[in-house]
Formats: sequence, structure tokens, C-alpha cells
Amino acid sequence: MRISLLNEVIVTNKQAKNTPFIQGFKDGIPICLGYFSVAFAFGIFSVGQGLYVWQTILVSMANITSAGQLAGVPIMTMGLPLVNMALSQFVINLRYALMSISLSQKVDSSVRTIDRLIISFVNTDEVFAVAFSQKQKLSRYYLYGLILMPYIGWSGGTTLGALAGNILPVRVISALSIALYAMFIAIVLPPAKKNRAVLFVVIIAAGLSIMFRYLPLLNQVSGSIACLICAVAASAIMAILSPIRIAEADTNSDRTNHTSSTSTKGVN
Amino acid sequence: MQDITSFFIYLAIMGGVTYMIRMIPFVLCKEKIKSRFLNSFLYYIPYAVLTAMTIPAIFYSTASVYSALAGMVVACILSYFEKHLLPVAAGACLTVFVVELFLL
Repeated sequence: MRISLLNEVIVTNKQAKNTPFIQGFKDGIPICLGYFSVAFAFGIFSVGQGLYVWQTILVSMANITSAGQLAGVPIMTMGLPLVNMALSQFVINLRYALMSISLSQKVDSSVRTIDRLIISFVNTDEVFAVAFSQKQKLSRYYLYGLILMPYIGWSGGTTLGALAGNILPVRVISALSIALYAMFIAIVLPPAKKNRAVLFVVIIAAGLSIMFRYLPLLNQVSGSIACLICAVAASAIMAILSPIRIAEADTNSDRTNHTSSTSTKGVN
Repeated sequence: MQDITSFFIYLAIMGGVTYMIRMIPFVLCKEKIKSRFLNSFLYYIPYAVLTAMTIPAIFYSTASVYSALAGMVVACILSYFEKHLLPVAAGACLTVFVVELFLL
């Protein structure tokens, strides 16, 4: 009797301790694990390109963007013009502007401007996706919890990759180079399987991207700009052909629970 | 990179541009977006961006097109069964490693 009562107290204590911050922290752990391998691969890549270990770590801590960093490091090491760096980062990372707009629709009134300044620094694809899988509006405590582990995973994975990259055999490095793309497939394929419109977006984007790579004239367009053109075109085409119900936008990805809570109004 | 000063200039531009892109819309956009087109566009854009970044670049990511192809197939199969990011990435890496043992 005593013991069960004690247990109950402990259990309720635990539940009480599950504050928004702790909940966000827990939700960030899988992202952290996922980042680790990708950041590790980036660390290897960057040192291979000729950056020092400490420079590689700084790049990751200042950017937290896989594709942007992969494009940016060669621009540094080849000593290309600074405008190339600015343009490539702008184009590759422009999708984050769209995600930030989406996320801004999802936060509650506890999120002040100073919080927005800090949280947006770690608004990555995966942080964004997990944030959107929550059915309720998000407080600043949840968001601070959520970004903590991914940031540590990204920086820590880069550090280990940069340090171990010198020791690892070429075969292993080649194998790790596919990790990033495999992760993208893992993000895109499950929702494409369930949602016909997302599938068409994927097919159109892939088709355009292949054309930009292999067709004469089109293959003169630099990779990152081609990527943005493909993405904007595919999304715009499907936004016209198959506009979503507003409720879908609230639970942005299909991997996430479809408990469309707040706004079913505005559908017409 | 030998030249420390120019490293920091590159880094400042790289990090600065990336941060501005994320920060400015998040700080400025405090109203709910009403446009159905814009909402649809925002809903589709992550999938479109990730797809365009992956295809066809994934084929040239490893030491051989064939190992990359094998890794991609495994990643697709694991993703189809909705495995998490980490097992999908690990499975693709392992596949590339094994295939290259035979190929190269």
C-alpha cells in the first residue's frame, strides 16, 4: 500500500516534471542522433577539402545547415569570390525562409522577439518538421528544449568527424558520403507514399532537377540556383493544381500525426 | 585553410546570410497567412527542395555510381517501411561500403 502510494507520487512527480522544455528536449534527441552521422560525414569532407579541424567545427557551429555547408566549404578552399559564397548560401538556404514563415504561424504568444532571434538560428529542416508534428501551439520553452540536442549533435558530430577523418580509410569515407542523401530520402519518401500530391511534387522536382543536370544550356545553370528553380516550380505547380486544405498546413508533414486541431476554418 | 583572416570573412558571410534567411521571416511574420496558394506552396516546398538536392546528386556522392545506386535503393526500401533517419542513413552507408568491397 505504502509502496504503491509512493510509486504514485513518483509517477505524478515525473509527469509534473515533463515541462514543455523537457518535452522539447526529448523530441530533439532523435534529431541529434540523425545529425550525428551526417555531421560526422561533413567533418570528414571539410577536412578533406583542406580546412583545419577547428575551422571545420566553427563552420558547423555558425551555420547548422548541411547542404549550405557542403556548398560553402569548397568555395572557401578554392578561394572563389565572396559574392559566390553569399549567393550560394542565399539560394541553397532560401527554403529556410519559407520554413521560418511556416513556423511563425505555429508559435504561441510566449515567444518574444528575443526568442525568435535565438530560436531561428537553429531552425533546420528536421527541427522544423518535428515542431510541426506537434498538435498544440508551441511555447518558447518547448522550442528551446527542442533545439538544444540537435545543436549539440551537429557540433559534436562534426568535431569527431573532423578528428577521425584523418584516420579513416577511403572506403569508409566514401560510404559515409551518402548518409546525407539517405536522410533526405527518409524525410521525403514516407509522406510521398501516403499523399498523392506530395508524390507529384517529388516527381516534378526530380524530373526538373535531372533536366538541369544533363540537358545542354540548362546544365550551365549552377547547381544551387537550379535546385531552387526546380523546388519553386514544382511547389508552385502543385499549389495551383492541388491546393491543400488549410488544416493540412498546420500538421505540415504526413509523417506526423494528422490531428488537425486549430483551424479548419478558411476552407473554401 | 592557411589564410586565417579570409577564413573568418568567408565564415561571417556564410553564417550571416544563413542566419538572416532564417531570422528575418521568423521575426517579422507574426500574422497568420490566409492565402490558400501560399499555404499550399509552403506545404510542398520542403519536399521539393530535398528531392531536387538529392536527385541526381546522390549518384555522384560515393566512389562509384553503382555503389551509390545500391545505397539509394536500400535507403528507399528502408524509408518505404518508415524507418527513422538514423537506420536509413546507416543502411545506405553500409550498402555502399559492402558493394565497394566487391567493385573497387
